[in-house]
Amino acid sequence: MSEFFTVSVIFATLSTSIRFAVPYLFAALGETVGQRSGVLNLGVDGIMLLGGFGAYYAVLQTDSHILGLLVGIAIGLLMGFVYAFVTVFLHAKQGISGIGIFLFGLGFSDLLFQELVGTPLPIRPLPRLDQLPVVGGLFEPLVDVAVIGPLLFDHDLLTFMAFLLVPAISWLLLKTTFGMNVRAVGENPQAADSLGVSVERTRFISILIGSTLAGVAGATLSLQLAIFQQNLTNGIGFIAVALVYFGAWRPRYVMAGALLYGIVTATRIRWQSLGIIPQGASDVAAMAPAIVTILALVLLASRVRGPAALTKPFSRH
Amino acid sequence: MKRLTGAVVPLGAAFLAFLLGAIMILSLGASPANGLSAMLDGAFGTGDRIAATAVRATPLLLVGAGITIAFRASVINIGGEGQIIAGALLSTTVALVIPDTPRPLLIPIIILAGLVGGGIWGAIPGVLKAYASVNEILSTVMLNIVAIQLMNYLLRGPLIDPIEEGTSRIPQTQRLSDNAALPTLVDGTRLHLGVPIAILAAILVYLLLFRTPFGFRLRAVGHNPDAARAAGISVEKNIVSALGLSGALSGLAGVILVFGSESLRFVTDGSSAGFTGSAGFNGIVTALFGGLHPLWTIPSSFLFGSLLTGATELQRELQIPNALAIALNGLIVLFVVSSDRVRGWLDQRLDRSMKKGGGQ
Repeated sequence: MSEFFTVSVIFATLSTSIRFAVPYLFAALGETVGQRSGVLNLGVDGIMLLGGFGAYYAVLQTDSHILGLLVGIAIGLLMGFVYAFVTVFLHAKQGISGIGIFLFGLGFSDLLFQELVGTPLPIRPLPRLDQLPVVGGLFEPLVDVAVIGPLLFDHDLLTFMAFLLVPAISWLLLKTTFGMNVRAVGENPQAADSLGVSVERTRFISILIGSTLAGVAGATLSLQLAIFQQNLTNGIGFIAVALVYFGAWRPRYVMAGALLYGIVTATRIRWQSLGIIPQGASDVAAMAPAIVTILALVLLASRVRGPAALTKPFSRH
Repeated sequence: MKRLTGAVVPLGAAFLAFLLGAIMILSLGASPANGLSAMLDGAFGTGDRIAATAVRATPLLLVGAGITIAFRASVINIGGEGQIIAGALLSTTVALVIPDTPRPLLIPIIILAGLVGGGIWGAIPGVLKAYASVNEILSTVMLNIVAIQLMNYLLRGPLIDPIEEGTSRIPQTQRLSDNAALPTLVDGTRLHLGVPIAILAAILVYLLLFRTPFGFRLRAVGHNPDAARAAGISVEKNIVSALGLSGALSGLAGVILVFGSESLRFVTDGSSAGFTGSAGFNGIVTALFGGLHPLWTIPSSFLFGSLLTGATELQRELQIPNALAIALNGLIVLFVVSSDRVRGWLDQRLDRSMKKGGGQ
């Protein structure tokens, strides 16, 4: 037991937690924007799988992480167009059409993987900050700072981008005209419409932002793990959707939820490797996050109110 | 005329999806005509293959029939996977505890156990939604995760095949009691009792939804909960019933997956799809394609069963991964759920052109 509680082990676990939280964070922040505009996207997991495969394949072919990320972004954007068209213009029921996106992503990413790659070939791992070309030297002394250094700076650039995105999304939602429109069409689309805000356009753009970030989340996952396989996400996208409720539609609480998930996952893996959780009980331990989420939803559901028009299509009559 | 567009739209959606499927096959370097003939051959080529298609359709039909109940009450049940697993786990445990019970008694008992296991797993999100306002989409998804881990724990631990323990540790049970095996109906094929049970279940769901006061109340809650409440119907109880029944039918699908299998074991690869074949999700597609009507879900399930058996043959003959079937299912869902508004436009067009033409 005592081995776990040495400071360095705790900080190493926390550092891993931060990295594990990143795909959840990207996906859940994107979903927050979409849901604030009144649109639930349950297809996040499928978009993550497609973006994850695309990024993995691009790196496998070109060895460029930047290109991998761009492919992930492009796929997310493309799937966003599909989902936005289907929900905003064709008024498809959001819970179910999201499942359509999920199944398509699950099947198509697997199809492409088997056809184009076959066996899970590893790709070059994502460089940490101090390994970056040109600017890497600036971070070397920071990483070497005792305890705090590895915790805060022994990460890749995507991790930093994810956490910088938290205030950025808050600012977008709370301080910009676009964000005001997003919240308005999510709460009362009729009123927003009568004030001249285009409900369709606002929701369309919000979905594009959410879906693009889902693509980034998938790319982050496969680039961080430096591998792809069938159903790589294993439900991360669905949990990201739950984190939005968990975080009461506010980016900083969503971030707290993502970090909690990261901590729970990292701790479980660490405890398993130390034998604190016996081999046979690891599956039981893996239930914990889902059960915690359900309990949190029970506690929060009656206290927190979501966007009033969430999942309701808008038409002008 | 409305009836006509009602049939044209899902068929059009399927046609579009298959067109995209043909393009995918083409871009994978195979001929779509060969692909189609391989799929048809795989699904209907021999009597045995037709039987296999019917067997593949069975869990889709049961999950799909359950989905119609939930969706008619306006609750979205995405927990099919977890409910299948819960039903399979409880019935398997029962069969392991009382293996020597005579067959005429044991089969009804395991069916009941499956209904109860799935029913409980479905009723939990029902209770959470009715009494704690927890969104059922999220709770069913979370309960899927819990069920998968529970399955992995039990099949790697307490329920593991004693031979596997300490060797390769494949998560599977021992061969279960022969008294619990669903009897084969046609010798030399895999057609077993599960197929007529599922069809009967779908018919019962139809009668329940459209021919009983219970079904009327359920649909009233789905149609307009406020009006239903004003008429003295308990919205809460009906939400729990709808999700519970929906889960029970998925649980029955779990029973049939285990006790209708050739190996007569509960076996997985550690993932949900490794046991269910994603029936919990594909059942949603089946129900949607059947217009959320329990009787139409019967032919619909056969169609999607043939897509699955056909895709297996497609993989064997043309080396096209059978993941294609899942991707196509996703597209069909998208097309079908998008078609409502298109259908509305079509109906308007038809009405207008008929008025212009001076027709009926």
